Amino acid sequence: MKPAILGMAALFAATTALSAAEIAPGDVVFEDGAVAASITGVVGDPVNGRMVVASKKHGNCIACHANDEMPDVAFQGEIGPNLAGVADRYSEAQIRGILVNADVTFEDSFMPSFYRVDGYIRPGKRYTGKAADDTFAPLLAAQEIEDVLAYLMTLK
Amino acid sequence: MNNKLLKSTLGTLAIAAAMTVGSSAVFAGADLDKKLVINGETEIVTRTAAPAHLDGALDEIFSGWIFRKDETQTAQMDDFDNPGMIFVDIAQDAWNKVDGSEGKSCASCHGAAEESMAGVKATYPKWNEAAGEVRSIDMEVNNCRTTRMGADAWKLTGGKMTAMNALITLQSRGMPVNVAIDGPAQSMWERGKEMYYTKTGQLEMSCANCHEDNYDLHIRADHLSQGQTNGFPVYRLKNAKLNGVHARFKGCVRDTRAQTYKPGSEDFLALELYVASRGNGLSVEGPSIRN
Ligand code: HEC
Ligand code: HEC
Repeated sequence: MKPAILGMAALFAATTALSAAEIAPGDVVFEDGAVAASITGVVGDPVNGRMVVASKKHGNCIACHANDEMPDVAFQGEIGPNLAGVADRYSEAQIRGILVNADVTFEDSFMPSFYRVDGYIRPGKRYTGKAADDTFAPLLAAQEIEDVLAYLMTLK
Repeated sequence: MNNKLLKSTLGTLAIAAAMTVGSSAVFAGADLDKKLVINGETEIVTRTAAPAHLDGALDEIFSGWIFRKDETQTAQMDDFDNPGMIFVDIAQDAWNKVDGSEGKSCASCHGAAEESMAGVKATYPKWNEAAGEVRSIDMEVNNCRTTRMGADAWKLTGGKMTAMNALITLQSRGMPVNVAIDGPAQSMWERGKEMYYTKTGQLEMSCANCHEDNYDLHIRADHLSQGQTNGFPVYRLKNAKLNGVHARFKGCVRDTRAQTYKPGSEDFLALELYVASRGNGLSVEGPSIRN
């Protein structure tokens, strides 16, 4: 299973127009769970980041996390910590690391890895229940990670 | 836009939204002591001590009924309000109807379902010695149809099978689930257990992540239960029909962004056996109502 997925990842990388500075999912470098450098080199957009956090079709972070800053969003989850004040608890590099692959910071985390493409068991094609194919991509695009990060950094 | 500006913009947005929509839902946990009595006579155990094999995992087990909304819970207290019972009636007709080359109905061999099927559901899936395999009730139904009646096998996830399963289940209502996990069934049980704790799909979630570690909490609008199967088949308000265990498993696996297993497969049979055994001690409750 693993080699096939790695192959798909390579295909994905090859067919997607990467901006010059964009770091591919497998190439992100962690240091103690933190990722110091931007993975796109483009400053994140917090307004889009807020949308990604709230939207079921995008990050759907609210499925698990309540967020005091979003009283407009109904049905906030109870699984992870409230995102309020998250920028006081972690540095920007640490939060980037949590978004890319939460397992590096929190062992065996229930939180999905949002910027990773390999190492999955029975990966599917989105929510179809079918096997993953060459459209397999990380849960969020690199710039979406940076946008979400920019938004989370406002939660002080 | 700098952060300060963003914060004030978001703040205004939030306040405006809060005034129209109301503040975000604050969820309440379930009333774990609530009692289910069906038709004023059949007492259902919806909360009890966990079976020994769950030592270290769960202390107590709960029926999914506990975690549903008041209206859904109430509808299940009276069979006249339970849409699942319509399918039981349909299956009762099928039970009595001759089908296939041998000129037999289920009733030809089994008589009244009320008597011959009492207690059956409580112990399934179970090892069938003659066949040398673990079987679900659905597999037994198809075995009777093909080898004894000379009739076609029903589709395992089809409406006829799910309805027949409900008729058979009804005859064990109120009896404790008591699925054997040792002896020749043990290897299938181990296989199901392995599946239960394996994180699948791009979201890397196991059954245990949702139904053992986080039950009674909300994942977005969904109030998580322990994912017990004592209430199956379930009439779901969402799709307005009876749903079997494998169909539910499929949905849950799909929701982890995984390639699902096939309903009717040996994989799901193993999982069915294992999950049923996690409910040992709860009452057989089906056909029940869920959202
Ligand atoms: C399926 C559940 C789930 C989803 C979806 C999820 N998270 Fe998490 N998250 C968790 C859990 C649980 C933790 C706590 C750490 C742990 O136990 O693994 C956590 C921790 C965090 C933390 C550290 C917070 C703290 O105060 O310790 C941040 C930041 C975070 N998540 C952001 C996000 C963002 C942003 C998204 C969406 C892009 C997201 N999460 C989606 C479950 C989830
Ligand atoms: C992402 C979270 C999640 C995962 C992972 C998950 N489920 Fe579920 N499951 C749900 C939700 C939500 C429901 C509907 C509410 C409830 O009953 O918990 C549900 C319902 C069920 C039910 C119906 C319970 C009833 O009383 O009607 C069963 C059975 C079940 N799940 C079994 C499983 C099994 C087995 C697995 C693993 C193969 C699994 N689930 C994985 C979220 C999940």
